[in-house]
Amino acid sequence: MTSLFVSSPYVAPANSLKRLMIQVIVALLPGTLTYAWYFGPGVLINIALACLFALMFEAAILKLRARPVMAHLGDYSAIVAAWLFALCLPMHSPWWLVLVGIGFTMIAGKHVYGGLGFNPFNPAMVGYVVLLISFPREMTTWYLPGSVSGDTLTLGESLAYSFGTADIQQWDALSSATPLDQVKTGVGQQIAISEIRLSPLFGQLAGKGWEWTSLAWFAGGLWLLVTRTIRWHIPVALLLGVMSMATLFYLADMESYASPLFHLLSGAVIIGAFFIATDPVTAATTDRGRIVYGLMIGCLIYVIRVWGGYPDGVAFAVLLANMCVPFIDYYTQPRVYGEQ
Amino acid sequence: MTMQSEITRNGLWSNNVALVQLLGLCPLLAVTSTVINGLGLGIATLITLVLSNSIVSLIRGFVRNEVRLPVFVLIIASVVTIIELSMKAMFYELYLVLGIFIPLIVTNCAIIGRAEGFASRNPVGPAALDGLMMGLGFLLVLVLLGGMRELIGFGTLFAHAELMFGDGAKSLMLEIDPDYPGFLLAVLPPGAFFGLAILIVAKNWFDLRPAAQRQPTPAVAESA
Repeated sequence: MTSLFVSSPYVAPANSLKRLMIQVIVALLPGTLTYAWYFGPGVLINIALACLFALMFEAAILKLRARPVMAHLGDYSAIVAAWLFALCLPMHSPWWLVLVGIGFTMIAGKHVYGGLGFNPFNPAMVGYVVLLISFPREMTTWYLPGSVSGDTLTLGESLAYSFGTADIQQWDALSSATPLDQVKTGVGQQIAISEIRLSPLFGQLAGKGWEWTSLAWFAGGLWLLVTRTIRWHIPVALLLGVMSMATLFYLADMESYASPLFHLLSGAVIIGAFFIATDPVTAATTDRGRIVYGLMIGCLIYVIRVWGGYPDGVAFAVLLANMCVPFIDYYTQPRVYGEQ
Repeated sequence: MTMQSEITRNGLWSNNVALVQLLGLCPLLAVTSTVINGLGLGIATLITLVLSNSIVSLIRGFVRNEVRLPVFVLIIASVVTIIELSMKAMFYELYLVLGIFIPLIVTNCAIIGRAEGFASRNPVGPAALDGLMMGLGFLLVLVLLGGMRELIGFGTLFAHAELMFGDGAKSLMLEIDPDYPGFLLAVLPPGAFFGLAILIVAKNWFDLRPAAQRQPTPAVAESA
């Protein structure tokens, strides 16, 4: 018997897919809890339902594709995709909405391309965009944060709503436009931003509830940076993109364009910058490419918000940038040392 | 296998215009939002195929090889114009719904493909049968895709049947659930691509099943 020859590297890698995914989930926790604190337990129900459906779809498809089921379920990648997808949904979405969205996330977003690592588009955003295009009414029924309506639904009420056993009309008074929605329609009706900001939906920085949730995403994102789970290029470039566009137009006309701070802390910009755009599979892979990719998403978010048909544009911006990734990577290859 | 049954089999299944040749996809993807739209365009294409195949076959001895394609195009364009004017006269509302896609039948590659590939080399009888079967295969896919998209997208079947069969046909409409929220994606263009892909997958899966799983059918020798 000869001893088995072991080649380098001799140090076991500290990171694995599973560890990476768990780190992302941990980083999502502060934001998720803040979100649930302001908007009620519907947020948590969405996440639980989405994770459950995602594991079911993942297991079923892996079985159909004759792949090892438990090994892939155990890497938590389905959970992370489902979690991000659920955070995009309005609270108190009916269960079938979650089911359809997760179905598209897992099948059309991931497995038709060959599974994790082969998908050109961010799966969670694919599922969300399918829902946004297909079910405009259900996807735009947003509920007021408890700090505005003075009334947060209990867990039981939220469950009853998700499973359709309670009357929808009963809570119609609680639903409203999001701050981004309100700015968009207000500006469309020639109302000045300073007047729109007087609505009870708005807090110190952006929307009430939304601003603190965004700051909590930011905290989670910083932790991802500190633990080196993500690199700084994409989030910094993305935030810079939104910020520079917003500053430019804000300085040009303060009454028609909302402040840069409002744009940063509204909607999905922060969670998009740290958690969605940084998906290692669908993002650009070179450092310069990552900066181009982040800037592109940032500018597209602002363009879609201000001149597009939807109040927020993170999902569309990420998918459009995903399409350009092969192109970006091709033109940003680092120069090999010693070559021209 | 006789020639007739081979032509039939080719047109309906093994060489289906939409599922195997993937021809005529533009109208296929664009108008199949409901069963009735699919049926209307399917019938128009079917009649065009039969007529153009027959005429091309009839004149195949008189047309020089160098100018055959322009002649085929002229024939097809004339036939489509006749059908367009007839639809305008008989099914005006359906004509409005299908719009540009009726004159666009001229550009359906399946039609010139059959004229060039089959009708110009065969006598009238087989050519007409080929047109009929190819057209029928296309029509079946149009109706099936239209049905899938209508059912998923609107939750109905045979809506607006009155466009084709008169006011008495309004009762044909089936509605699965009045509260069905509608799945817009199925009606929008992506739904057509998803639907067609699913149909092609289903056909290929059916064809590729291992022989052991198949029902014992009388073996039919596939002629080369």
